[in-house]
Amino acid sequence: MADGKRVIVVGGGLAGLAASIRIAEAGVAVDLFSMVPVKRSHSVCAQGGINACNEVARQQGYSEYQHFDETLIGGDFLNDQHPVLEMTNWAPKIIDLLDRMGVPFNRSHEGYRDLRLFGGSLFRRTHFAGATTGQQLLYALDEQTRRFASEGKINMREFWEFLWPIVEDGRCVGIVAQDMRTMQIQSFRADAVIMATGGCGLVFGKSTNSVICTGGAASRCFQAGAWYGNPEMIQVHPTAIPGADKCRLMSESARGEGGRVWVPSKKGDTRKPKDIPENERYYILEERYPKYGNLVPRDIATREIFDVCVNDGMGINGTNQVYLDLTHKDPQYLTEKLGGIMDIYEKFVGDDPRYTPMRIFPAVHYSMGGLWTTYTAGDYQPDAPLTEHKPGNEIPVGTEPGLGLKMGAHNNAMTNIDGLYAFGEVNFAYHGATRLGANALLSCIFDGLCNGVSVVNYVREGDQTPASNLDPSIFDNATKQEQDKHDKLINSTTNASGDRSLNPYQIAFELGEEMNSASTVVKTGPGLEKCLSKIEELRERYTKVELGDGAMWTNQSLSFTRVVGDMIILGEAIAKAGLLREESRGSHYRTDFPERDDKRFWKTSVAKYNASSGKSDIEFVDVKAGLVKLRPRNYGKTDSGPQKTEKETVGAS
Amino acid sequence: MSEAEAYSFDADMRKANRKKAVAERSVIFKIKRCDGPGKPTRWESFKVPIKEGANVISSLNWIAANPVTTSGQKTTPVVWDSNCLEEVCGACTMVINGRVRQSCSCLIDEYAPLEGDTMTLEPMSKFPVIRDLWVDRARLFNNLTRVKGWVPIDGTYNLGAGPKESHDHQQMRYTLSECMSCGCCLEACPQFTKEEDESKWDTSFIGAHAISQARYFNEHETGKKLKSDRMDTLVGEGGINDCGNAQNCVKVCPKGIPLTESIGAIGRSATVHAFKQFFQGKK
Repeated sequence: MADGKRVIVVGGGLAGLAASIRIAEAGVAVDLFSMVPVKRSHSVCAQGGINACNEVARQQGYSEYQHFDETLIGGDFLNDQHPVLEMTNWAPKIIDLLDRMGVPFNRSHEGYRDLRLFGGSLFRRTHFAGATTGQQLLYALDEQTRRFASEGKINMREFWEFLWPIVEDGRCVGIVAQDMRTMQIQSFRADAVIMATGGCGLVFGKSTNSVICTGGAASRCFQAGAWYGNPEMIQVHPTAIPGADKCRLMSESARGEGGRVWVPSKKGDTRKPKDIPENERYYILEERYPKYGNLVPRDIATREIFDVCVNDGMGINGTNQVYLDLTHKDPQYLTEKLGGIMDIYEKFVGDDPRYTPMRIFPAVHYSMGGLWTTYTAGDYQPDAPLTEHKPGNEIPVGTEPGLGLKMGAHNNAMTNIDGLYAFGEVNFAYHGATRLGANALLSCIFDGLCNGVSVVNYVREGDQTPASNLDPSIFDNATKQEQDKHDKLINSTTNASGDRSLNPYQIAFELGEEMNSASTVVKTGPGLEKCLSKIEELRERYTKVELGDGAMWTNQSLSFTRVVGDMIILGEAIAKAGLLREESRGSHYRTDFPERDDKRFWKTSVAKYNASSGKSDIEFVDVKAGLVKLRPRNYGKTDSGPQKTEKETVGAS
Repeated sequence: MSEAEAYSFDADMRKANRKKAVAERSVIFKIKRCDGPGKPTRWESFKVPIKEGANVISSLNWIAANPVTTSGQKTTPVVWDSNCLEEVCGACTMVINGRVRQSCSCLIDEYAPLEGDTMTLEPMSKFPVIRDLWVDRARLFNNLTRVKGWVPIDGTYNLGAGPKESHDHQQMRYTLSECMSCGCCLEACPQFTKEEDESKWDTSFIGAHAISQARYFNEHETGKKLKSDRMDTLVGEGGINDCGNAQNCVKVCPKGIPLTESIGAIGRSATVHAFKQFFQGKK
């Protein structure tokens, strides 16, 4: 490129690819780093769909603003409000773009894009491609990326692992990365760096996440001085299949398409599900939440399932499992709308969910928290925050770009480190204390398309020295720092004692067990304190960790062992912020503080790494709000009674 | 197991095995290992305790934490490629008991139901080994570039909706779009042979996945603008004429993509394309 400016994108999921395409299109060269061929990124696992206001819903009183309002109440008001408004305003246009790229969205019989119901909304506003929407969206962006790569506008570095952001005078000027095959460690210059590295499910051991979702990259930025927002906000998805190696997701779309969650009313009923008559089934969510029924947000569904199994002991045959039942639907319909997940269930469990109810339990799924980012608010500045928006109310704000965020402002989605951005799941801003289903794909693509422009402007208009003109010693030192860390690990193989407690896989396993039991569905002060002391023990053991493979070629054990240390550091921040947040909000539920406490905790927890202690310091800072007023979040919960209420839904397509 | 036997090891057999699987058993994993390009290969065996729901991935994880062979030899953890573990990313493809498939969806109960049964793991043979079970499938992705596997949109700006599409047409395209670039069809194809020389990739057989993807993009209203370019590649060297019609590809596709239908459809397009070229005096 003429001015020689370059942007590094780390991560090739939806956020990273959308950013790369947008930036390459603007004529700035992109170096795209990914640990896997980008087509195999974790976005591929997203199933249910992507939310956006659409004409059918609009004519029933829905709006972009309603979507905005739903996202805030879903997130229990911990979201930064301005970026959410901008995102929901962009949503219909993002769907149009994906449609133009060739995503095979399901179609109505007339040929329009089909829609389905999803949690946290009474309107059909979720667009989908079977039950593999994430895969289809990722492929569309992968294809456009391949097009740019073939034209030399995006430089692909697949099978490279991000090791460290190079920060010089408070500004990010490149990264250190390692080729996962040759093990070569190298520094790369950049005028801006975008982290699009997803979530951290592996900190919790088994989750619905992919193997690479360790949170390692985010943790390394955190250790290099980037702040981390709301680390304690971890989403546990209500419906997953527990497995030996991971928990496999059963999409919320199963409920969106009519799936019902139930257990036998009689504790210890050993009959087959089909033999249990309707009046001897306890439809947990429909009875407790007559208004939203099975489509309450995920944190609520998860807690209720957990409550029924763990507290009431009413799980199927006394196990921690409940039924997710679709057998009342037409098998052909299920194949067309949900084929992807029907197949996954059948392959891994052996039963056909078209004819036998699925057995599911909650599993760690998504990190609402992530690298802290800032922005410049847009033109919509109401005199006072507004109360709840109801369908058909006057819509207070338009949908043109620039109302939520100032378009192209250099700091949109930028971390506290100049030139270091965070897009997608690794950005903490959008989803507050719970993410609504089908909002994740949206926030990823939105970040790439909208805030990608901010990166271009920062690189082009900023008066900072171009990275290509900086002193080579900056980059040489960074390489050396990482090479030294690497060599230290390699050396640990030579004098290994064979002590099992120093085995990296064992340390990771114990971290996952502890985090999963203390810091997910139900948390308590004493539980989190115990968790933190366990983390201390693991940290101590990790200092003496013994690598099982000293190879200088394609050493996966080394990569894993290295990231275990980063996961311990991130785990500490997650548990500590959870301990200090003495309230219950969204996914964060403390039995010792069961109420939301807006006075003390309508605040973002901001974790800052303390290099001298190796631990996090947590501060609570005001949430960036001002658009919508706080209100209680209960989704019309009733005391569970025997009578059943008609489920209320609006809209059909 | 011979190749023919391997392909006939079908769903019914696996289901039957699942029923007779013994709880709390150990299974022998025989793994073909190689330390890197140009290094010799060797076999190593591991005795792995099998718990409920175990698959090849959980077994390899167990070996990573306990890297000792059946003869008591301490060794290194096995290297393999994986990511989603839900059979949707395509990464963890390998040859298991002689048949190519994803290792995440390979349940031990279905293959080795009894105490002491053996599971054999080998890397795919059509791609260069990086280390152990991890192979370099860059050529597979290169072949998607050869067929211009994308929709040539005008740009990412807001220009309204895409073309309208009928319900049935979407269903047909969706089936094709589920291809996860795993390479099973290439491993099973007698015409697709290992080629380590990158300069020969563009003239070597392109493979069923790329042919089917070409059809996928030709079926899109905007995507078809590049149909002629795609057909130029597919009638050229290493294109559709190299297909030997063995039909192994469709049998091993984990996503049930109608690859032979795609080959047939592209074959017909190729004929039309050749006529067009002839009458336009291009050939």
